Amino acid sequence: MRLTHLSVVLLCVALVSFGLMMVSPIDPIDAYLGPQMAQVSPEQRELIAQRWGFDESPAVQFGHWLRQLVGGDLGWSHVYNQPVSDVIGQRFQRSIALLGGAWLLSALLGFSLGVVAGAKEGSRLDKIITTYAYITASTPAFWLAILAVLLFSVMLGWTPTCCAGPAGALNQDVSFATRLHHLLLPVATLALLGIASITLHTRTRMLALMRSDVAIYAFAQGASRIDVAWRHGLRHASLPAVTLAFASLGELFGGSILVEQVFAYPGLGQATVAAGLRSDVPLLLGIALFTTLFVSVGNMIANTLYGVIDPRIRQGEL
Amino acid sequence: MLTIDQLSLQLPYYAHGHASWWKRKWATCLDELSLQFSAGEVHAVVGASGAGKSLLAYAIMGLLPPAARLSGQLNYHEKPLDEQRQRQLRGRELALIPQSLSALDPLVRTHRQVTWAAQRAGHSSANAWLSALQALHHYQLDARAQQAYAHELSGGMARRVLTAMAHVSQAKLVIADEPTVGLDPHQRQRVLAALRGLADQGKTIILITHDLRHALPIADHVTIMREGKQVETAPAGAFQGTGSSLNSAYSQALWLALPDNNFATTTADALKREATVA
Repeated sequence: MRLTHLSVVLLCVALVSFGLMMVSPIDPIDAYLGPQMAQVSPEQRELIAQRWGFDESPAVQFGHWLRQLVGGDLGWSHVYNQPVSDVIGQRFQRSIALLGGAWLLSALLGFSLGVVAGAKEGSRLDKIITTYAYITASTPAFWLAILAVLLFSVMLGWTPTCCAGPAGALNQDVSFATRLHHLLLPVATLALLGIASITLHTRTRMLALMRSDVAIYAFAQGASRIDVAWRHGLRHASLPAVTLAFASLGELFGGSILVEQVFAYPGLGQATVAAGLRSDVPLLLGIALFTTLFVSVGNMIANTLYGVIDPRIRQGEL
Repeated sequence: MLTIDQLSLQLPYYAHGHASWWKRKWATCLDELSLQFSAGEVHAVVGASGAGKSLLAYAIMGLLPPAARLSGQLNYHEKPLDEQRQRQLRGRELALIPQSLSALDPLVRTHRQVTWAAQRAGHSSANAWLSALQALHHYQLDARAQQAYAHELSGGMARRVLTAMAHVSQAKLVIADEPTVGLDPHQRQRVLAALRGLADQGKTIILITHDLRHALPIADHVTIMREGKQVETAPAGAFQGTGSSLNSAYSQALWLALPDNNFATTTADALKREATVA
């Protein structure tokens, strides 16, 4: 059932992004030729267009592309001179460390801060956490990233200024610790932004719970605020936190494009920018589809988790 | 064991209307109540909704919102029952059976919730699990009900779960807030009998209800409340015949208005009187 949904979503995204590419001013032949454009005669261009099937109608072209897609062939990226699937595979491996790290950090930290703030409503701690959350919620990712590079990399020199490893070093020579060192700042920047919304939503749910009949009855049984927050609060607050954490996967992906750009981190985000700037149509389409798959799977996991957390949702499911 | 002396409660509210919405005003919700509850008795507190019955329960438990203004004296076992002592005794000596079924956590299985109640009452974890099981069995909740979530329970079962949670705490004073609302006659009898049973074990039961008829068979004393005031406190036996041994007109009217007493209403009587005068 859910898989059908997923494939319909993927098909729609494929259709829309393909349509956008068709109407965009990008000419794949110009992009392919690059600077050699001037040396090619109109007849030769015609030949390339014919060879690539550009003389056919958009529907037929879409059909071609889709057939190859189903067969697992995403096309050839001329920017990286590699198959698109290989580019996405390599880039994603690097990005997942950044995205996953930031995501896990923001979900766990955001949730804990929200629970603490909500349980101790009105306290000093609560005020500090909320102020922090409001400030970071209104901070743009790239700006924070630039500030972080200036402070920690340039002024203090604690972290490297760019890339996933030392400049010039081969990928297989980079040690795990060095990799972590290079990841530190991008992950922290990206996580810092994700924390805010999860904190604020978790806190709101906690406030509602601490005033609910459930909490008052728990107090009547002699429970302390900590007891109520721990036993009832965690369960109730995890629902909005899970929703947000998984719904923010897309946002995180968008944020990673900016952050990867600022930190010159060679991940999927940077590949997206390169593909866009240098008109690499197959790569752009491939990334669009891959992102859709990634976010949709995230939402599917969230849907399944709801049932685990709240039995009422499990019952309502058909 | 519990005496209440001149207890008054005021709650803040913001008046509607122009130029006054920012002014805090105080509504008197309980007005100089003086009551005595002794061990082994069921004391029914009867009144229409809005009479302040549940607020009385909250005042005894110490669960009022921080803005509430409370005056008067609460004494539990001859010692003042202040906020700190309420906090110590809640769940251990004082227990509440809440009115609303939403007091059950919808995300937690029944058995676990009762276990938590036992732990909060001071049982060790292993012991709490067992005594919760016993309490659930005592109220005829089978293995399925024990593993069920709140929304899977019927109203009657949920009530029994709440009663089991009060039972497991071994509290000496149990305040049951409208424990029979929404129950069929058979279930109602079961809950009331359970409360009477607790009283016969030497506990004090405060039975809050709007239904005098159901409270009378198990109650020793009845306090009638109206708009935050204590109208009358009488032995349950005083509610019989024409109610002539009752002191106040309101309690008499309430007693006579019961279906078994021909639904006599004061307004109808007054109309009849006016008719004869004319």
